[in-house]
Amino acid sequence: QEMEDKVISPEKAEEAKLKARYPHLGQKPGGSDFLRKRLQKGQKYFDSGDYNMAKAKMKNKQLPAAAPDKTEVTGDHIPTPQDLPQRKPSLVASKLAG
Amino acid sequence: ADIISTVEFNYSGDLLATGDKGGRVVIFQREQENKSRPLSRGEYNVYSTFQSHEPEFDYLKSLEIEEKINKIRWLPQQNAAHFLLSTNDKTIKLWKISERDKRAEGYNLKDEDGRLRDPVRIKELRVPTLKPMDLMVEASPRRIFANAHTYHINSISVNSDYATYLSADDLRINLWHLEVTNRSFNIVDIKPANMEELTEVITAAEFHPQQCNVFVYSSSKGTIRLCDMRSSALCDRHSKFFEEPEDPSSRSFFSEIISSISDVKFSHNGRYMMTRDYLSVKVWDLNMENRPVETYQVHEYLRSKLCSLYENDCIFDKFECCWNGLDSTIMTGSYNNFFRMFERNTRRDTTLEASRESSKSRAILKPRKVCTGGKRKKDEISVDSLDFNKKILHTAWHPTENFIAVAATNNLYLFQDKVN
Repeated sequence: QEMEDKVISPEKAEEAKLKARYPHLGQKPGGSDFLRKRLQKGQKYFDSGDYNMAKAKMKNKQLPAAAPDKTEVTGDHIPTPQDLPQRKPSLVASKLAG
Repeated sequence: ADIISTVEFNYSGDLLATGDKGGRVVIFQREQENKSRPLSRGEYNVYSTFQSHEPEFDYLKSLEIEEKINKIRWLPQQNAAHFLLSTNDKTIKLWKISERDKRAEGYNLKDEDGRLRDPVRIKELRVPTLKPMDLMVEASPRRIFANAHTYHINSISVNSDYATYLSADDLRINLWHLEVTNRSFNIVDIKPANMEELTEVITAAEFHPQQCNVFVYSSSKGTIRLCDMRSSALCDRHSKFFEEPEDPSSRSFFSEIISSISDVKFSHNGRYMMTRDYLSVKVWDLNMENRPVETYQVHEYLRSKLCSLYENDCIFDKFECCWNGLDSTIMTGSYNNFFRMFERNTRRDTTLEASRESSKSRAILKPRKVCTGGKRKKDEISVDSLDFNKKILHTAWHPTENFIAVAATNNLYLFQDKVN
């Protein structure tokens, strides 16, 4: 069967789909917007206090999931490094190896 | 266990290092030949684990610096200790891994349990003796190469002179001496004067395996530049420029994104280099700049899925690739925990899967096949059933033997050639 000139390549068909969903997508395909986002990778915080608060919040959130057996450290006192659950042991060799 | 972010064999293949998102390095060592357990040769067991990088905070920019290990590169072994370079986004560290299997006993000033002896009570001197002890493997940071990268480090590469190495970020490449941490030389700088004019970034860089003056770097636009450090101190002008011509009529919104090179690796013999872009792997002859000599389709069926792959960010996944020791076969990862091998001579390609269900110990891996349309045969998997969260980005091939390491998210798989 002859291929018509108007047959759209799968890539162009995908492009049309994307443009239909996001009509305001930048004129410069793959241009500066991507690159600038790439260069700024890394979560930005308002300040270092903000960062430390976020880290502390993360630790408290992890406690219930990580150590259901151990005494949970929440609420009435500020957790100290000793109270926090030990970091899980690192990778073990795959069962194929042993 | 954390997500594995890099995998690398050392020069002899006896050690295998992995780095993870939590900043940890785990080193596996190959089992020595054991007559009572003949099949144990070829097994890798944990040799050393250490915390290489910690999360940091850049107070000036209010930016978090991830502890994720981006790359590990081994140094060739020159004495009993092993050395490796590990890097996160901003800092490179040289680690020394050494064994201790002897302990001194019979000190004069302290007891065996470490308590200090009263010097007045000591009536005679004795010479401490070395006694064997259980093997202890220690890792210590010997050099810290910091504050040389404004942007995020994507590559490190040890030079064949074994004295220098390069580190590359999005816009710059620096040359270091392994002994010197307070100075590095900038050898490539593609930062435009006006950041609004930025059109491409550096995605990977590597030194030539034999010529210590030659290195290459790849870009987000699918080009590779080969530079010769003898020509000038700042290698902004390339010596060779590798780019495959594109058919302008087939250009789409996705063209540049999928042409971005995520990895570049020289062949062991130094005559070829291999590049990985989103859908294919290309082998280039260093003497021919205008097109690759071989192109292998990794997962061409994804071309009709680019829209959704763009929406879920998978189109930006950075796959690595590697050569086998003889440069006759190349390997790269894909989705659904599949990885692909291409034999250059026969053009035969294989798709294998790294998963618990399909990898029982000593079982032979069954080749997998993705059904691209029409009727799906039994055992085939359709494109829409592929799990795009199960990506194999990092693989490594033993330098001389047919042993491969495949990282599937937070699991490490080791496969070997069929043993008869």
